Amino acid sequence: MRINPRHTQKGAVIILGGATILVLLILAFIIIFILEKGLPVVNLQFLSSKPRDLGRAGGIFPTIIGTIILPVVALLIATPLGVFTSVYLSEYTKETTLTKVIRFGTDCLAGIPSIIFGLFGYIFFVITLQMGWSILAGSLTLAVMVLPTIIRTSEEAIRAVPKVYREVSFSLGASGWQTVKKVILPNALPGIVTGVMLSIGRSIGETAAVIFTAGSSLRIPTTAFDSVRTMAVHFYILAREGISQENAYGTAATLIIAVLIINLTAYWLMNRFIARRG
Amino acid sequence: MKLVGEKGVRRILMTVAFSAISALLLITLFIINEGLPFIFRYGLKDFLLSSDWNPAAGKFGIFPMITASLWVTFGAMITGAPLGVAVAIFLSEYAPRPMMKVVKPTIELLAAIPSVVYGFIGVMVLAPFIRSYFGGPGLSLLAGSIILGIMILPTVISISIDSIMAVPRSYREGSLALGATTWQTIHMITIKASKSGIIASIILGLGRAVGETMAVIMVAGNSVNIPHSALDSVRTLTANIALEMSYATGMHRQALFATGVVLFVGIIILNSIASVALRKRTSKR
Repeated sequence: MRINPRHTQKGAVIILGGATILVLLILAFIIIFILEKGLPVVNLQFLSSKPRDLGRAGGIFPTIIGTIILPVVALLIATPLGVFTSVYLSEYTKETTLTKVIRFGTDCLAGIPSIIFGLFGYIFFVITLQMGWSILAGSLTLAVMVLPTIIRTSEEAIRAVPKVYREVSFSLGASGWQTVKKVILPNALPGIVTGVMLSIGRSIGETAAVIFTAGSSLRIPTTAFDSVRTMAVHFYILAREGISQENAYGTAATLIIAVLIINLTAYWLMNRFIARRG
Repeated sequence: MKLVGEKGVRRILMTVAFSAISALLLITLFIINEGLPFIFRYGLKDFLLSSDWNPAAGKFGIFPMITASLWVTFGAMITGAPLGVAVAIFLSEYAPRPMMKVVKPTIELLAAIPSVVYGFIGVMVLAPFIRSYFGGPGLSLLAGSIILGIMILPTVISISIDSIMAVPRSYREGSLALGATTWQTIHMITIKASKSGIIASIILGLGRAVGETMAVIMVAGNSVNIPHSALDSVRTLTANIALEMSYATGMHRQALFATGVVLFVGIIILNSIASVALRKRTSKR
């Protein structure tokens, strides 16, 4: 039996379009569900006061500090490493076995699940290097985790800088490094920043890698060797141990808003970058 | 940069370029160093194939967790892969460009939502739904599969779109010129030409599903048993590590690292297959 191609054509559009709408609905449902239940809890008091009674009452102020400080330190470590790696890969060398090995290593690192990063961070930073559960150990673990993202996005951004720019710079007598510093990096900057923003977004939402390396202390940290609790970890503990559903929703709403703002900024930057180039 | 000179810069950059690969080596080394001796001491066969997990009694068999991880991943593939590929085809072949430019980044926001939030949605919405309509405890293999299926969507969708878009226009034009409809062109020409990329996107998604921890801990129920139905509560390899790591010591902790070794090896295999498939795609162009 042969179905009229017109009918299959119509059927395909309906099924494929329906799938797309379904996925968009799922996304909308998740965001709206969390915001609807969580936003009523969120107010200035909630954001600026300390949790009481393990988080049953009070706010989430220390976890906001943790959520800001861990990704910031992680990105301060990972960004130079990632950007310089991509500068080396795209400007200082041709495709060799060495670059293939580096690229393969980067891909592998990108595929490693966060729980493995957590195990590694725990045994290496926390135990072997004796950092304890600390901001330092957590940030270093996150830095390793986001390194592949930074390398990839910066390399793309650097490759997108037109060849003519380099030729002009070299013809004016600039050295390789001068060209990188004055021509390539400034032009690739929006792309690099996009990668950094996406990495911050990922670090903020991370739980498995953070809980075993930065710990879950609710005190406000004073040194890099203090343990901190991020919003994601706080939310996990509240929800899983059934401490307070209300505060769990509030924390989740704050977390979702933070992640959305960061990702939307990243997309906006990327679009501006593409528009300027195109 | 008078301080170091051109040659110095090159040397510094080259050293830095090794940071990712040395991190990978460090991770491999430390996980294996902590886990492998245990596997040898306990016996590979007993560790992988015994169903007896009882750390207090010194019994460490992870067969139920391996089974659970495989089933949950398989379930994620059943729910996530067809949906993701359908969306990718729709956005790259049917949707007008401006619509795709808005919808694609919107869908990629799914990747930005923290995994604990997915887990929470699973607990609050999906598990009660399953409990009341299908029975069982609700927190189950089925719930885990559906949540993971949603979580792999952004990976499947964006890599599939990239590989579908990489198919040369002339292929489609040739087919359309012969009188084929858009759908005939898609399933006879475009999908065939981008097959390896689509497969790679699914495998990478599976890699993500196997490695996912927090969402699975929250929705899959965590009881150590080999599932007999999709409604059974299960504990995956990742959940096993994260649940017991906080209080494990001695042999027990080594056993958890050994669980990590098994997970690590599985992921590396999956990702290697995916990268071979992706390379096939680029060499074809």
